[in-house]
Amino acid sequence: MTTSFKLNGKPVTVDVPDDTPLLWAIRDSVGLKGTKFGCGIGQCGACTVHVEGQAVRSCITPVISVADAAITTIEGLDPAGAHPLQKAWIAHQVPQCGYCQSGQIMQAAALLAASPDASDSEIVDGMNGNLCRCMAYVRIKKAIRAAATEMKGAKA
Amino acid sequence: MNALIPNMPTRRGFLVVAGAAGLSFGFARAAGLDPMRGARVGDAAGRFEPTIWFGIDKTGMVTVNIVRAEMGQHVGTAIARIIADELEAPWDKVRIVHVDTDPKWGDMSTGGSWSVWQSFPPMSKAGAAGRIAMTEAGAKLLGLAPADCMARDGMVSGGGKSVAYGDIVGKIIDGKAPDRHFSADEIAKLPIKPVAERRLIGRRVDAADIPAKTNGSAVYGIDAVLPGMVFARPKMPPTRYGSKVKSIDESVAKKIRGYMGSVALDDPSGSVEGWVMAIADSSASAIAAADALKVEWVAGAAATVSEKVIQDRGAALLADPKAGSLVIADEGVDAAFKTAAKSVAATYTTSSALHFQMEPVNALAAFIDGRWEIHTGNQWQTLNLPIIAKALGVSDDKVIMRTYLLGGGFGRRLNGDYAVPAALTAKALGKPVKMVMTRADDARFDSFRSPSVQVLRMALDKDGKVLAMEHAATAGWPTQVLAPGFLPKGKNGVPYDPFAISGADHWYNVGAHRVRAVMNDVANASFRPGWLRSVGPGWTNWALESFIDETAHAAGVDPVALRVTMLDGSGGNGGAPPSAVGGALRQRAVVKRAAAMAGWGKDLPEGVGLGLATSFGQERDMPTWTACVARVRVDKKTGAIKVEKLSLAVDAGTIVDPDGALAQVEGATLWGLSLAMFEGTSFSNGQVADTNLDSYTPVRMADVPDLDIEFIDSAEPPVGLGEPATTVVAPAIANAIFAASGVRLRHLPMLGTDVMRSLMKTA
Repeated sequence: MTTSFKLNGKPVTVDVPDDTPLLWAIRDSVGLKGTKFGCGIGQCGACTVHVEGQAVRSCITPVISVADAAITTIEGLDPAGAHPLQKAWIAHQVPQCGYCQSGQIMQAAALLAASPDASDSEIVDGMNGNLCRCMAYVRIKKAIRAAATEMKGAKA
Repeated sequence: MNALIPNMPTRRGFLVVAGAAGLSFGFARAAGLDPMRGARVGDAAGRFEPTIWFGIDKTGMVTVNIVRAEMGQHVGTAIARIIADELEAPWDKVRIVHVDTDPKWGDMSTGGSWSVWQSFPPMSKAGAAGRIAMTEAGAKLLGLAPADCMARDGMVSGGGKSVAYGDIVGKIIDGKAPDRHFSADEIAKLPIKPVAERRLIGRRVDAADIPAKTNGSAVYGIDAVLPGMVFARPKMPPTRYGSKVKSIDESVAKKIRGYMGSVALDDPSGSVEGWVMAIADSSASAIAAADALKVEWVAGAAATVSEKVIQDRGAALLADPKAGSLVIADEGVDAAFKTAAKSVAATYTTSSALHFQMEPVNALAAFIDGRWEIHTGNQWQTLNLPIIAKALGVSDDKVIMRTYLLGGGFGRRLNGDYAVPAALTAKALGKPVKMVMTRADDARFDSFRSPSVQVLRMALDKDGKVLAMEHAATAGWPTQVLAPGFLPKGKNGVPYDPFAISGADHWYNVGAHRVRAVMNDVANASFRPGWLRSVGPGWTNWALESFIDETAHAAGVDPVALRVTMLDGSGGNGGAPPSAVGGALRQRAVVKRAAAMAGWGKDLPEGVGLGLATSFGQERDMPTWTACVARVRVDKKTGAIKVEKLSLAVDAGTIVDPDGALAQVEGATLWGLSLAMFEGTSFSNGQVADTNLDSYTPVRMADVPDLDIEFIDSAEPPVGLGEPATTVVAPAIANAIFAASGVRLRHLPMLGTDVMRSLMKTA
């Protein structure tokens, strides 16, 4: 009942039942706590991680389904925590309680990776599955726009 | 004439009463926080601690001790900035520590939008004391008189020379370390800087807690770990109270890998009656094991109680004029209604509503070095620590609560009942226990906002002038449960919960005024009502501001004009220092401002309406003058309600942190929207019916309307910002729906189906 995968670039092996949600394998077995538990049914987005670059709700993802896959959590998004989204989150003072923000940032990172020119309505569609109970939505949207602009500038 | 002013218990007075009642709280000091308790400088380690609230080390680093919980309001930054401004310390040399419980801190509570309001005077004085002590010691080192020196940017300068704070700390001056005591008289006379000299207050400063909240390093209660800990998830009984365990069947649970057994709790504190804990070696296994565990209970009486039973009881209580507490009882109310040319009456109701903070409640408990450590995020340690001690059967000094970030507070964590099962399980097992809860567990264990019923009446003369008003409200009373000694008495000697009626004691001139608060006894017996962001005004202001609108329409006057007329500052509504200077006239000003921002009175497209509502915030001695105009589109074919824009004007006195203030009002406004139209559950046979996001649906990004928020420039003392905007949104929307469609909704949440039903009735 061991499963191996790559977590933030490093190989890890966890010894848990195959149907254990990836979230708890990351939090309890590996001990990386930045990925959060919110609803357990894939509807709040606090547990969002990247599996092969795709945003995935780790609370409803059985660990066996990510065997050998490359997984990125908030801790691995950028080695210095300075991804354009993370910088924009600080510049726009986005987080309030902050509990949902790992998931918000991971969701937004996948969104911008797939759609660097995301329109406002695409941002809303892409982020609507991520609940922010402090309701920092206005700033989340602004920060995503700012990060998108920076990322495009860097490429140009 | 509003008779409530001198008698309404202030939240601060409320705390003082508690201290005077001999409860083991540390806040019996009349002025709230005591800035100079333990005032002493130059400790053995060479650290300079002019007050318990901060210290300066030899590198000049200022460490500020924060007793308030961080739950998204960046409270440490706000308080540290108040100190640093007076201390003349540079912001990059300020460090914030959220401290664990210790009797020396006095009260540890975070709620009521009080933190900045309460902290501003004592923390300003604490900072000023530090500045004076530094200036005096620095002057000696420079060989100058203190009067010839000034402190700025972490340095004392004079005569062309300067010395850094860090270089003053630990120096021996006149044969001893710098030492400065401030007597109570001196503290009272400490000079606070004029507004023009402020260098941090009112300016943008990045919140210290934010970077960690963007990279996964922020540590919340759920992240706490201790060596050797096991995991426990509760199997909760069918009712909050009175359920007894009949049998536990572990046969299926034993097949779960990592399952370690079950513990039936015996709780002397009464927090978790009839709970059984499933124990395992991981969160995932504990969650699975609790699902697999089969427990039978004898259910408590609430197993047959539903929302309708509670609301019917509320309506019956209000129908009895003798029931409840008379919070305001002017002469002449009944006489005015008898002679009135016209009277208006309406009944308003609200559904149960959940806190649904993102981090489900949790706690880690362990017995370490002779005392119990409770690792969890909490909003009111002073209240909860003794409850935990009672559950464990130990004295308060054998319990320490370790402080963590809160993944949302919103009032849920004022009640620390969730620490009790972790502590009891740890005691039973003799090892550290981490209690985890699923989202559904959290919802079922929530101290949710009680459903409410309110009846309002207004007497008018033949010209439409208001002669008298009556407001009666009933709901479950949160304070009755957790702190019954805190209830003040009404005019008829009956105690009442200010957190279930505040808001009805408004600043309008309504002639003879009566306010009656009634505890819904069935609610209180069936579940544990909670304080939820904006507490009483969350429902009282919904009814009040809807009703003012109804009165205006009945009298044939513009709803804004009526408010402006009634907010005349007469009688007891003129306002008084320290925080309510200006009174109703400041509320009138925000009403006018919000109306102007939204273009009140201009033509609107068919099916679109504007509605205004206003509030003085949480209570009369800490008024946050707030007004909101909602622009709403109603589709008359489907009943669909679309909130297009919310315009808010807020007068909160001095704004300590402009960007943080805006964040609080943005969040509070959207909370108001969420409670108005998106949230609501019902109590059903002893449990809330909605326990997760599949059916409980707070506002998401797509639901956010345009927001236009303005703060009034003011040098008055700062008040609170976490809640007031929450209370104006629902009535503003209800009033706009009426303007757009002629449909008057009197129940929260407001749903398109209710609009449709009403339109079909009138068609």
